[in-house]
Amino acid sequence: MAGGTRIAPSAPKAPEVSLSALFSLSPLSSDFFFYHYCTGAQLCAPPLLTPHCYMTQSISREESWGYDRRILNYIQHAAAHGLYEIRGLGAKRRLPHFDDLVFLGASMSRYPLEGYREKCTTKTILGTRYATKPIQLEIPITIAGMSFGSLSANVKEALGRAATAVGTSTTTGDGGMTPEERLSSKTLIYQCLPSRYGFNPDDVRKADAIEIVVGQGAKPGGGGMLLGQKINPRVAQMRTLPEGVDQRSACRHPDWTGPDDLTIKIQQLRELTDWEKPIFVKVGAARTFNDVKLAVHAGADVVVVDGMQGGTAATQTVFIEHVGIPTLAAVRQAVDALEDMNMKGEVQLIVSGGIRTGADVAKAIAMGADAVSIGQAILMALGCNSETYVQNGTHYSAIEDYAAIGTAPGYCHHCHTGKCPVGVTTQDEILEKRLEPEVGARRVKNYLQTLNMELTTIARACGKQNVHHLEREDLVALTIEAAAMARLPLAGTDWIPGVQPM
Amino acid sequence: MDSLTASSTTTDSITFDLAQTSLREINHYLHHNLARGEKKIHILNPDGAHNIAVGLNAPVDVEILGHAGYYAASMNQLANVAIAGNVGTGVAENMMSGRVHVKGFASVSAGASAHGGLLIIDGDASLRCGISLKGADIVVGGSVGSFAAFMAQAGRIVVCGNAGEALGDSLYEAVIYVRGEIKSLGADAQIESMSEADYATVAELLAKAGFSYNPQDFKRVASAKQLYHWNADAVAGG
Repeated sequence: MAGGTRIAPSAPKAPEVSLSALFSLSPLSSDFFFYHYCTGAQLCAPPLLTPHCYMTQSISREESWGYDRRILNYIQHAAAHGLYEIRGLGAKRRLPHFDDLVFLGASMSRYPLEGYREKCTTKTILGTRYATKPIQLEIPITIAGMSFGSLSANVKEALGRAATAVGTSTTTGDGGMTPEERLSSKTLIYQCLPSRYGFNPDDVRKADAIEIVVGQGAKPGGGGMLLGQKINPRVAQMRTLPEGVDQRSACRHPDWTGPDDLTIKIQQLRELTDWEKPIFVKVGAARTFNDVKLAVHAGADVVVVDGMQGGTAATQTVFIEHVGIPTLAAVRQAVDALEDMNMKGEVQLIVSGGIRTGADVAKAIAMGADAVSIGQAILMALGCNSETYVQNGTHYSAIEDYAAIGTAPGYCHHCHTGKCPVGVTTQDEILEKRLEPEVGARRVKNYLQTLNMELTTIARACGKQNVHHLEREDLVALTIEAAAMARLPLAGTDWIPGVQPM
Repeated sequence: MDSLTASSTTTDSITFDLAQTSLREINHYLHHNLARGEKKIHILNPDGAHNIAVGLNAPVDVEILGHAGYYAASMNQLANVAIAGNVGTGVAENMMSGRVHVKGFASVSAGASAHGGLLIIDGDASLRCGISLKGADIVVGGSVGSFAAFMAQAGRIVVCGNAGEALGDSLYEAVIYVRGEIKSLGADAQIESMSEADYATVAELLAKAGFSYNPQDFKRVASAKQLYHWNADAVAGG
């Protein structure tokens, strides 16, 4: 790992994969054309015209839709190594998203509120069903569970500080609770994960709520893989495993196997904590309607639905890109389930998976969520994929370090390597210093504050003095797919695909 | 909890009857009122109730006189719990310390993810005994079902009877000792020769559990460590 250098004035270039590199041949050589099918159309112009080929340069460089550079790269990687790819972050391909919805701001038929003068409350209470001590948050935006081990201790501390500063909660993750995290977080959700790394009753009692993780949006049905390079002595000790060993997180809980068992598991955790703390159940979005109903039936106070755009520290790319359903579709199914059980409002719904902007937050709430949870975008607020990192107030370029792991700022998904150039997803004692807790906390606080301002701006524009008054009627869809998934009318029409007109 | 209905009390013991007192009241008492100095708690008529004595955190003796349901004595710390009957799923789950003694049979996932302490099962244990074990010791007087010690990371399991299919699948550092037959080993598990230290370990755990088997009759099962690092050979088909 090269050391950081002073910031370079020029922006980095994205790594490119050329056809010539793919075929290890020069595109102008006769050998190259030998491998291509000639149409015989005699359209080629000099100097490309050869005895072997009559194609134009544009046709000869035409990329296959079915075998584009991405899929070629995948096939050749698989052929070379015999292993699937493991990587961090979330789905890369475009999926139907909240961007495909827009708000109907007030004009004549609705009366807007003044943006800078009239109040719009964002207070949010979670866990009102059974817990004697529900969680009270200042904003409906929480920080999702991300493990110490995947993230550095500095990052975990920064998240706690930021959450406390804006009056929201943060969440532990696979790996257990660190003292720094508990100390810095006014409201801390403790995850009970299938791996049970570092899980213990003392920490359960110290938590403000417990989140039973059934699945994750990036990999519903799958476990995790924390590669050995991130397992330093402290992480190993917390996880009861040797240093440097690849840690496979189980895909299901060791002591229960279905919703009936989950009912008793929830009671167990309530008994342990004297029924004080809210119990969240987190599911990866797949069969969301049924899963949410089962979680509610099992006794959850809060259901967390994590959509396909959710991130991960490390899992198979094939999971990230091909398993689960988009968050947009999951929200509607989750709300349907709550309404079908007449539990909307009694059981709170948190939506996560690709929430990035205040508009995303507002749209999720308008569709029926009580709050959102953010993981991946929080990492980006901390500096994930930035060109620089800050130490002692000075910006340093991290571009060389991105290059050393084969990527560049804006393209990095190398969380699994432990070589994060900006110190976010690492356990390396030099790299982790690149994210100072106070700097990270300030950035995350700013980010959350911005999201909240955007949320209230939209809410006021829709005439709401409470963000929780946003409603589906405030939204329309821009695409037929989004209209069908979200069951909202296509903009400018009354048409909701799949719904019979009244 | 002033309204607590105790069947009887003496200077050093208290008896609860689950037929008359709610589980919540009893667990609340066990969590918050043991400072009164009771050394022995008896719980009558458990009748298969779930979550009895969850999360104890004091050096107290608790005796459950009958069959218990799921998660009996789970997440135990310091306490010595005896169950005069059979238990359901997840007995002593995530136990941190202390001792849990099941005098009958145990259902699935006995001692799951337990970090410390000793779990003794006089009879058989069903599937996935010691799954994801994190450091506790388990002694089973009878046999264990399939996938015992699946993904067990640390700790020791002594099986005085037989073991079912896929014993020790995906083990890390935990070690299993089996006296009887092993139906099959799981992925990456292997039978290894017993060292003097292994004989001493088995003898110690048998003595603690009150069994008098000969340590020389036990086999050692541990990880071949082929799954410790992710590679094509290790994950073939997986």
